[in-house]
Amino acid sequence: MINGQASIEIRDLYKIFGRSPEQHVGRVRSGLSKAELGKVHGHILGLNNINISMPAGKIQVIMGLSGSGKSTLIRHINRLIEPTFGSIMIDGRNILEMSELELREFRRNKTAMVFQRFALLPHRTVLDNVIFGLEVRGIDKARSRAIGMRWIERVGLVGFEKRYPEELSGGMQQRVGLARALSNDASILLMDEAYSALDPLIRTDMQTMLLELQAELKKTVVFITHDLDEALRLGDQIVILRDGSIIQQGHSQDILLNPADDYIERFVKDVNRARFLKVDAVMEPIPPSVNRSLPTLMSGSTLETAAVELTNSPSYEATVVDSAGKPLGAVSLRKITAAMSSAIAKHEAMKRDVAIDAVDACDR
Amino acid sequence: MEWLFKFPQLDADFLLTIKRATDGSLRSITRLYGDTIENFFYPLQQVLIFFEDIITGSPWPLVIVVLAGVAWFAARRWSVVAAVVGTLIAIGLLGLWQDAMKTISLVFTATVFSIALGMPLGIFMNRFQRVGAVIETVLDVMQTMPPFVYLIPVVMLLGIGRVPGFIAVVIYAVPPIIRLTDLGIRLVDKEVLEAADAYGCSRGQKLWKVQMPLAMPTIMAGVNQTIMMALGMVVIASMIGVQGLGLNVLQAIANQYFTQGIFNGFAIVGIAIIFDRTSQAYGRRLQMRQATRA
Ligand SMILES: Nc1ncnc2c1ncn2[C@@H]1O[C@H](COP(=O)(O)OP(=O)(O)OP(=O)(O)O)[C@@H](O)[C@H]1O
Ligand SMILES: [Mg+2]
Repeated sequence: MINGQASIEIRDLYKIFGRSPEQHVGRVRSGLSKAELGKVHGHILGLNNINISMPAGKIQVIMGLSGSGKSTLIRHINRLIEPTFGSIMIDGRNILEMSELELREFRRNKTAMVFQRFALLPHRTVLDNVIFGLEVRGIDKARSRAIGMRWIERVGLVGFEKRYPEELSGGMQQRVGLARALSNDASILLMDEAYSALDPLIRTDMQTMLLELQAELKKTVVFITHDLDEALRLGDQIVILRDGSIIQQGHSQDILLNPADDYIERFVKDVNRARFLKVDAVMEPIPPSVNRSLPTLMSGSTLETAAVELTNSPSYEATVVDSAGKPLGAVSLRKITAAMSSAIAKHEAMKRDVAIDAVDACDR
Repeated sequence: MEWLFKFPQLDADFLLTIKRATDGSLRSITRLYGDTIENFFYPLQQVLIFFEDIITGSPWPLVIVVLAGVAWFAARRWSVVAAVVGTLIAIGLLGLWQDAMKTISLVFTATVFSIALGMPLGIFMNRFQRVGAVIETVLDVMQTMPPFVYLIPVVMLLGIGRVPGFIAVVIYAVPPIIRLTDLGIRLVDKEVLEAADAYGCSRGQKLWKVQMPLAMPTIMAGVNQTIMMALGMVVIASMIGVQGLGLNVLQAIANQYFTQGIFNGFAIVGIAIIFDRTSQAYGRRLQMRQATRA
């Protein structure tokens, strides 16, 4: 069922919008800023020196505020947008060198996309929407219907296959969008703010469904969001964009623990760290005097669960073990609470600073 | 001061030469190729006669049932069907059945031809934006030109009769369908187009699986306008030999038969209502399917 796996390597990618982007790419590469390019030269810098390696079979999250270039970036991966400079290697193949025909084949077989506003075909039934990609590839009706029905079942829309998109709620429409993407059996799944138009509860359901599907399908998922909670929940790796540039990328745990600058700090500060940080991120090497009787914590459990378990156990320390029971490291309740609260502490300090500033301002 | 009140026009002889030369060459084309042109349009004439024979030769109850069926299929509303049947009966009672059938046949064939001609042109116009701008200008001129002017070259080339009348009607009625096909394709949601591209549609697949179906409600609005314009042209076309209700109106004008004019005028309005309600209701039904993307 899995159509291979694909890694994505983006190197030195630049995108300039405007009349003559090529003329300006040189100057941008030697440091011309987005603001200056806009004001002086009348061009918009969409993406600025993007380098990302997305490993095969993982969820890569791309985050950033509105206008930061997320949609522009994801549309380079299937070349809905042509770059001004750079290379995009997928499975070792530079997709920018593909001819129109090769590109079409590549899109048909290797990628599938889910859209923010669903982008379903209103004149087609749910089933006919789901098999759209298969139909475009010329797969015969009976077979594509069988495949389509399987995915309709998988996303929980059985009984709705003869309905039209307008008859479904937003959440259901996006399930159709997801089923359409999955029917394509492509190794790369591109999701541009796929859940942003859904309300919070349905959104959480859809996230859960994606994680379950991903555990089974192991696709290379590129997921765009401007919601950090969603990013942390889904993402193995996270890239944070601002004004078309990457300002931090890495493992979600790293970004939570060590935000690169104020911008990211502001993103991170309202997150419930206990729920997203994993014990793995705070564990230390097991001390040589191993105490066999220590309670164990599963690798990958959150600080929240770890804290609860430790509070209810006689010991303040625990061993982190993997699913096979092999010990990986050690954590203590003290360490866990410290990690949980460091952001709170920082946050409080910042509030205090603001308060002091305000008092200063009044004095003056 | 006289020059202020007399516009400095081109030399009268010069203008005369231009007019003579143009008309002369048109005439000589007719002389030289008259038969060829006529032969070329012979199949069209047969088609027109064929449709007219079918509809005028059918028993009237059958015609009513068929038209009511079409209305039901298009609109799925009893009110529309009732309006269609009522209008047809009224026309029949006024003794205008045969003429009305001729007119319906003409408008129907003219609409079919306009669609067959206009949709590809609209697609072409959309595909090649630059040529499209030229077509746009031509359409503007066509729609503003008084329709009588079309008649002259058509009559010069083809004489008087069914075919030239039909051609004049099509020329007059085709612009809306071209325009609205182009517009409809342009209005297709950008994200849906992106989806088509993202799933690897070829240009043809994109057009037939995505753009045309989504443009359909707009195109139907164009069809509706085309029908109305064809009907509007019926009276004028009767001046060059088209039979039917239009000819009766023309006679009524010439002879000052007020009542005949009114009756036939109302019959034309009735047919307009039939076509309009049916095609609009069909367009609305198409639209409803697509209401999601606002
Ligand atoms: N076709 C275009 N022409 C000119 N500028 C563009 C074009 N597409 C995008 N941009 C600009 O590039 C920048 C990034 O846009 P993009 O749509 O990628 O942002 P985004 O991060 O997806 O934002 P959002 O969260 O609102 O979807 C914006 O400043 C936008 O104005
Ligand atoms: Mg976007």
